[in-house]
Amino acid sequence: MPIWNRKIEKMDRAEMDQLQLERLQAVVNRAYRDVPFYHRKFAALNVAPEDVQSLEDIVRLPFTTKEDLRDGYPYEMFAVPLREIVRIHSSSGATAKPIVVGYTKNDLKHWAEQVARVMSAAGVTKDDVVQIAFDYGLFTGGFGMHYGAERLGASVIPVSLGNTERQIQIMQDFRSTVLVSTPSYALYLTEVMNRVGVSTASLCLRVGLFGAEPMSDWMRSEIERRLGIVATDNYGVSAVMGPGIAGECELRNGLHINEDHFLAEVVDPDTLEPVPEDHTGELVITTLTKEGLPMIRYRTHDVTSITRQPCKCGRTTARMSPVRKRTDDMFIIRGVNVYPSEIEALLYDIEHVEPKYQVVLEREEGLDYLTLKVELSAHMISDQMQKLVELEETIKRRVHAVIGLTPRVRLVEPKTLENVDRSNRVIDNRER
Amino acid sequence: MLRLQSVVTYYGRILALRGISLHVDPGEIVAIVGPNGAGKTTVLNTISGVVPARSGRIIFDGQDVTGFPTERLVSMGLTQVPEGRQLFAGMTVYENLVLGAYRRSRFAKRTAVSRDLERVYEIFPILKERHSQLAGTLSGGEQQMLAIGRALMSAPKMLLLDEPSMGLAPMVVKEILRVISELRKEGATVLIVEQNAKAALGIAKRAYVMETGRVVMEGLASELSKNPEIQRAYLGKGYRQIMDQTGKV
Repeated sequence: MPIWNRKIEKMDRAEMDQLQLERLQAVVNRAYRDVPFYHRKFAALNVAPEDVQSLEDIVRLPFTTKEDLRDGYPYEMFAVPLREIVRIHSSSGATAKPIVVGYTKNDLKHWAEQVARVMSAAGVTKDDVVQIAFDYGLFTGGFGMHYGAERLGASVIPVSLGNTERQIQIMQDFRSTVLVSTPSYALYLTEVMNRVGVSTASLCLRVGLFGAEPMSDWMRSEIERRLGIVATDNYGVSAVMGPGIAGECELRNGLHINEDHFLAEVVDPDTLEPVPEDHTGELVITTLTKEGLPMIRYRTHDVTSITRQPCKCGRTTARMSPVRKRTDDMFIIRGVNVYPSEIEALLYDIEHVEPKYQVVLEREEGLDYLTLKVELSAHMISDQMQKLVELEETIKRRVHAVIGLTPRVRLVEPKTLENVDRSNRVIDNRER
Repeated sequence: MLRLQSVVTYYGRILALRGISLHVDPGEIVAIVGPNGAGKTTVLNTISGVVPARSGRIIFDGQDVTGFPTERLVSMGLTQVPEGRQLFAGMTVYENLVLGAYRRSRFAKRTAVSRDLERVYEIFPILKERHSQLAGTLSGGEQQMLAIGRALMSAPKMLLLDEPSMGLAPMVVKEILRVISELRKEGATVLIVEQNAKAALGIAKRAYVMETGRVVMEGLASELSKNPEIQRAYLGKGYRQIMDQTGKV
């Protein structure tokens, strides 16, 4: 398989270390100079940019969390004036403030380059027809993958999400060879194909790039079996850039990290101390080249391990294991990141009492559903059916407004959710 | 070819470089740009052993050369063309050039030296014309050419150029730049320090932007020359000009 950027992706370790050190020092100097947040954080820890004299010295720097980014809403964390920002993406979230990410011209150029590498590693070439079934909008997935595929020179179909039957029609008629989507949407596509009587033999698909949510081994093998394609995993973090941070090569033994643009650490989520190579922990990312929104030690809450052993594909870049777990209670449904705290906040907003609730995630015919069990408090109980129906509708509307997905709501008797706590707040019954 | 890792340098008690890391690959022209007093020249002086590094590492041609004396670096193939040229004013152009080969004359065959002399004359025909003229009587541009020519006579693996455009008329700067691009075509490896960012970014492949003893940006020269901050700070493009170009505030 071709390697998109041989110089970088096959660079020897000493050279890569040098490049990372140079870029780390430059980005730390810029963040300290241009972002008051970092200036304050450094001062609080009594560190200065010049304390970073080696890559290992990064542990002296403060972490950045998603709360920090929310506090900086909308533009506080930007390192350049707004007139130098040419694109703005944002996370969802109507209760908590969303995270806003700004990109300069150079940032977009680098982003496309990195996605092109990830696509190339998955086996995509300029001869491919790439169907992108990610939401095009504030979400980074659609545009992120789009420009990378264009950079690669492939024919890109920006079909976006939804209207699955039309999606299948396009896939057939336009002879799409590559599918870009969440793994769960790929499975859903096959369910719909079954229903409408489209055989996968009538498709030209050969490769899939799946991201925005964890892909289990079961999902991967099902997708491969049903669609007859090679399914690859890729990784991104919207707050950091979006897709393109790492992706699997054809050997699928870890996701190659674009190390010339990101410095990846794995830390113990409790002590926040670095763990040894190949050990599991929380992924922490520092951007090395980003101009618009440089990020020092961003805590992703994604659980992974990193190896620096060169891969048999010829690439020398470090590889991370596929992300299957989080260190916080965030869950992903249809590619949307959801925190139970967001749901809690809106329930509180509706009735002004501490809500008792539980989230149940299910998969039916390849599609994910969120069921929200809400315990009726004495305050909420009403004999009038009408009132209860209204309450249910209100909850549905409010949840939809926050996460873009209508839940199934089940109002339950008082005391039925007595035993719900952090450990069973979210029940995930989707196939593993 | 050359790697600096977190080089810290003091001038007396003044911290001049606060941990500089950079690299130059073989056959690359790399520029260091930035305002006056940023520490650009100090980087070159630290590399060439004129000022000692307090900490950090300098690796040249695969060898740790931190703390090596200048003569040793020159014989290893690392030659600096100093700011202000520092020629022997009372000697002829020819004599200055031959002196450039001094370090190697003990080992090198005379034929190799005269071949290099021919090459320098080819690159700078004006030096051949004036070979018997005293260096002190040359114009500023010619002196700069002689300084570069003399450095080339040491058959360097890598050249360090300190402010080659300093004090020269725009037309002459153009000529000097032409010569440096010429060297690039021949595969020369050059680290060039320039206050004239436009000139440096025009000929370099990559560049580092320095500020108060630190590197604040690095990247392809073609990208940096389009960067609004660089344009504002170092390329003398005003706010209005940038606005007009991009059509937005």
